[in-house]
Order: sequence, then structure tokens, then C-alpha cells
Amino acid sequence: MRLDVILRVIAKLLLPFTVVFGFYVHFHAETSPGGGFQAGVVIGAGVILYAIIFGLDEAIKIVPVRVVELLVSVGTLIFLGVGIVGWLLGGNYLDYYALPIADPIISQEVGIHLVEIGVLMAVTGAVIAIFYAFAGRGRSR
Amino acid sequence: MVLLTLLAVVAIGIVRLRNLFAVVILGAVYSFLIATVFLVLDAPDVAMTEAAVGAGIATVMMLAVLHLTKTDESRPRQPQIFPLFVSAVTGAALIYGTLDLPPFGEADTPVHTHVGPYYLSQSIPDTGVPNVVASVLASYRGWDTLGEVVVIFTAAIGVLLLLRRAQRPTRQATRSRRDAP
Repeated sequence: MRLDVILRVIAKLLLPFTVVFGFYVHFHAETSPGGGFQAGVVIGAGVILYAIIFGLDEAIKIVPVRVVELLVSVGTLIFLGVGIVGWLLGGNYLDYYALPIADPIISQEVGIHLVEIGVLMAVTGAVIAIFYAFAGRGRSR
Repeated sequence: MVLLTLLAVVAIGIVRLRNLFAVVILGAVYSFLIATVFLVLDAPDVAMTEAAVGAGIATVMMLAVLHLTKTDESRPRQPQIFPLFVSAVTGAALIYGTLDLPPFGEADTPVHTHVGPYYLSQSIPDTGVPNVVASVLASYRGWDTLGEVVVIFTAAIGVLLLLRRAQRPTRQATRSRRDAP
């Protein structure tokens, strides 16, 4: 593991940019291609890169398995929850106009952002969780 | 056309090769090519997803799986006539299906006359989002996206249920081994 100095240095340089790019893809999706799904994959890929270069144990120290599992389920719950809130406030399921905000455009934006954050969390968590599962399995040999 | 030819070449390479490592890498190449095709067809959202998921994550996952198995595919016992037949028939049916499709980019096809114009013209007044792909995904067709998220959720839960069980005892074993000396 001492010969891969170049890999380690490059990975360390790349990682912050990967994660920031992921968030850019997420929050800039209104006007450019992208969205929660793509952003989740990019951020997940950053964590996977870290796990490949520095080892699974190091990655689990930074992003624990528990956090990853919570991300998957909380992300899904946020999406479901936004729908249910619209429902309870008298609209259809996933009706953002029913959210308690005066301006309908703003209520759409809020709804879309909440839903996209749910997607982001679920996808990031799922990608990392599946990778952890496979990589952890490989160690048992 | 060049891209499609390259796609065909890569696909034949994937079928012919027996070394699974090379197959995984060619799979990534295939994904990048198809992402480029999507980009040429003005679908940057799909292209981005394909490049990130198909070429990036899927390749890494396959490499992780490859770590658990042998890197060479064993030769089939008898020549695989039936799979060849199935794929030939499916391919022929798909090509037959394309004969009825309207010419690419024509404006008065059902796709472009049904709800498409509404989304294109009403996205900004309705939602204030200029990227129509985003507003369709997150708002107009939010229910579909919810289904997508639930699929991802189910996939993650399934993988965790299948693979985690075998991992738990080994982790405790390594810990006790570490603690022993």
C-alpha cells in the first residue's frame, strides 16, 4: 500500500470536487441537466472512490453503515411525507400547491426541492450501501 | 452512425470474450458510447445518468462482484443455440417494430402532440422551473419518480438483507482475532 502515493494524492484532490460537483448537479438542476438521482450517484461515487483507495474500514469511519441505511430510508420517507402532507392539507397526493405557502410558484419550488432532497438521500445511501455490502463480503475470504 | 457501429463492435466483443474483467470494462465503454448517443440526440439528462450509473457505479459494482468470483467465464457444455435463437427473434421483432415509427424528429407525432406541448409551455407559469425535464420528473410526474425511489429503496434493502447476514459473524470474528493477541 505504499506504492500508491499518486493514487492517494489524486484521490484526495478529486474528492472535494466530486462531492461539490454532486451538490452542484443537485441544486442547479432547475436550469441545467441533473437532479437528485444523478447527484446522489456522483456523491456516492465519491465515497466509493475513497473506499477503494483508502480501504473499506476508513470509509466506514467517515460514513458509517448506520448513516447510510438511515439515508436510504429517510430519503424515501421524505418523498412519501411530502405527498402525505399535501394530502392532509386537502390536495391530491404529491400536490405541491396544497403546501401552506401563499405563492403557488414558491410552493411548487419548495415541493420540488423537498422531493429532490429525498431522492438525493435515497440514491446516495443506496449506492453506498450496495457497495459496502459487496466489498464487505469480499473481505470475508 | 459511427457511434452505433462502435456500439455493435463493443457488443460483439462482450459476447465473444471469456475474460470477465475485460467484459466489465467493455460494458463501461458501451455505457459511455450510449451516453454519447443520448447526448447527440439532445438528451443530456439521460446521458448524464447513463454515464454516472451505467459507466461509473455499475462498473464498480461489477468489479466488486468479480472480486468474489473467478475472472474467467467457463465454456458452455453445448453450443448455445436457444439463447441465440431468442435474441435473434427479439432483435427481429424490435426492428420490425421500428418500421412503424414516424421519422425521427417529426413534429406532429403522438408524442409531440399529446401532453408534451403543455409541459413545454406551462412549465414556467406552473412551477417556475425552466428545465422541463426537472419539472416533469419532480412535479408533473412526481408519482412516477416516487415509484423510482421506492425501487431504489427496495434494491438497497434487498442487497443488505442478502449480503449483510454473512458479513456480521465475520466482522465479529476479525474483531475477536484482533483482540486475542
